[in-house]
Amino acid sequence: MAQGVWTIAEQRDGAIRKITYEIVSEGRRLADALGQELTVVLLGSNIKDKAGELGQYGADKVLVCDDPKLDPYTTDAYASVISGLVKEGDPAILLLGASVEGKDLSGRLAAKLDVAMAQDCTVFAIEDGNLVATRPIYAGKAYAKVTFENSFPQMGTARPNVMSLVEPDASRSADIADADFSLDDGALKTKVVDVVKDESGKIDLTEADKIVSGGRGMKGPENYNILEELADLIGASVGASRSAVDAGWRPHSDQVGQTGKVVSPNLYVACGISGAIQHLAGMSTSKVIVAINKDEDAPIFQKADYGVVGDLFDVVPALTEEVKKYL
Amino acid sequence: MNIIVCLKQVPDTESQIKIGSDGVSIVTDDIKWVMNPYDEFGVEEALKLKEKFGGEVTVVGLGPKRVTESIRTALAMGADKGVLVTDDALEGSDALATAKAIAAAIKDLEYDVIFTGQRGVDDDQGLVGAAVAELLDIPQLSLITKVEVAEDGNTVKVERPIEGETLVIESSLPALITAQKGLNEPRYASLPGIMKAKKKPLEEKSLGDLGLDASEFGADARKLKILELTPPPAREAGKIVEGETPQEKAAELAKLLHEEAKVL
Repeated sequence: MAQGVWTIAEQRDGAIRKITYEIVSEGRRLADALGQELTVVLLGSNIKDKAGELGQYGADKVLVCDDPKLDPYTTDAYASVISGLVKEGDPAILLLGASVEGKDLSGRLAAKLDVAMAQDCTVFAIEDGNLVATRPIYAGKAYAKVTFENSFPQMGTARPNVMSLVEPDASRSADIADADFSLDDGALKTKVVDVVKDESGKIDLTEADKIVSGGRGMKGPENYNILEELADLIGASVGASRSAVDAGWRPHSDQVGQTGKVVSPNLYVACGISGAIQHLAGMSTSKVIVAINKDEDAPIFQKADYGVVGDLFDVVPALTEEVKKYL
Repeated sequence: MNIIVCLKQVPDTESQIKIGSDGVSIVTDDIKWVMNPYDEFGVEEALKLKEKFGGEVTVVGLGPKRVTESIRTALAMGADKGVLVTDDALEGSDALATAKAIAAAIKDLEYDVIFTGQRGVDDDQGLVGAAVAELLDIPQLSLITKVEVAEDGNTVKVERPIEGETLVIESSLPALITAQKGLNEPRYASLPGIMKAKKKPLEEKSLGDLGLDASEFGADARKLKILELTPPPAREAGKIVEGETPQEKAAELAKLLHEEAKVL
């Protein structure tokens, strides 16, 4: 019978990514609820020295897959190696992060294993020994509570920034083992030929702790510098509404909403955003929402924890000055 | 170059979502159904490839008869023919079952590239594209914002933005590409296009036509079982920050964010 919780670690350039700690923390909680072991699978090249960190976050066992062909990530290579290990190890639960890589990998892996998968979940729980997951659908206009019917492993991905991190415990260590796997060159049909770093150096919106976002009320692309100034100061990334993106003011990658990114920062500051339903859908899991808008009837105020009725061109620069007191 | 675009019909993104009395489905009475926005990028990219390399664009949709309307929209944009997989037994199928039906409809067609949207903006699973690729045993390239097919038509180079960087990935063809916003600006159907679309071939296929067993589809065969749907957790409207001037309001807001919300 399927036993244990497995999570797939995500690393980039040899560094473990934060989403990995989030799912390892969550995996630990689920393993404890089941009274079973937590195994983390770590794939990459020359990666074994990173396995110890995963033990500190709660892994009982780390399975290391070390191969030059596993760096950088490709769907072919990862899905092939992991599906082999999962079939062999027969875990009850398999968790990944809902990062871009995790979304890409989880779909292929679910299909290879022929199991159901719950994408981008915000809550996992064990009920009667089974995994129950809650996931926003329609970009958060509704939530679905789902479970798995004769489908093992029970597979889910966790939305970045949602699962709480356990405090790493330096006295904890995991049993680290080299995984037994083979990778057939002939099966690898894709190859990463170049990696272009983002020049802004900003944290992606899906992973940002704080976001300052601007909409139609920004009046033009030239005015986003006032948001950039505030964002730089408080360590936020800058987002935009669909109307700002469709007007060509900001790149597509900045769009928050149902046809853009779904974000869950600790702080979301909406400036000159009225709050169309498709925008609200994309940011309603933010922990604290601030709205700055001159229209006091704007729907965004219904969702905001703190609303400022006023002209953003006055309020935002003043706020940039005021926050300096608290940094 | 033969290109297939998979198409889903979804509620318009401006739609309010109401949960039905059964607690596991949504009320569809007032919903305006549209082509999944990410699929529009797939249709557009397929048409661009056809313009460059020649060949045919086939649109494959799945769902009730109303999906015909969205397939006709794609035909009006310039696609050549449509296939609608439709069967009462499909109602309520999960993503894996849906992918099996789509893959069965595609497997006997000629194709070099298959496009799907990166996800449907209804279930937000993002699973069907990957599963179709797996079932057809071809590579998948997901969340793509740029597609460049080599002159000889044997390989493709694509761009996938990930957190903080963009990967340039090369793949053999055939391959399945899932379209992300930023890939292109979908064209509108022209009036002559709409007239022509009415005469373009659109074939309907049932599960039986595809050689599939109906008992493996539908709500009862779901491996991902929906226990309940709920409205999003209510978010109470919070405080309106007081102050006579923008400066006073800003000062009060900064103080609240620091002392009360503790996010600064």
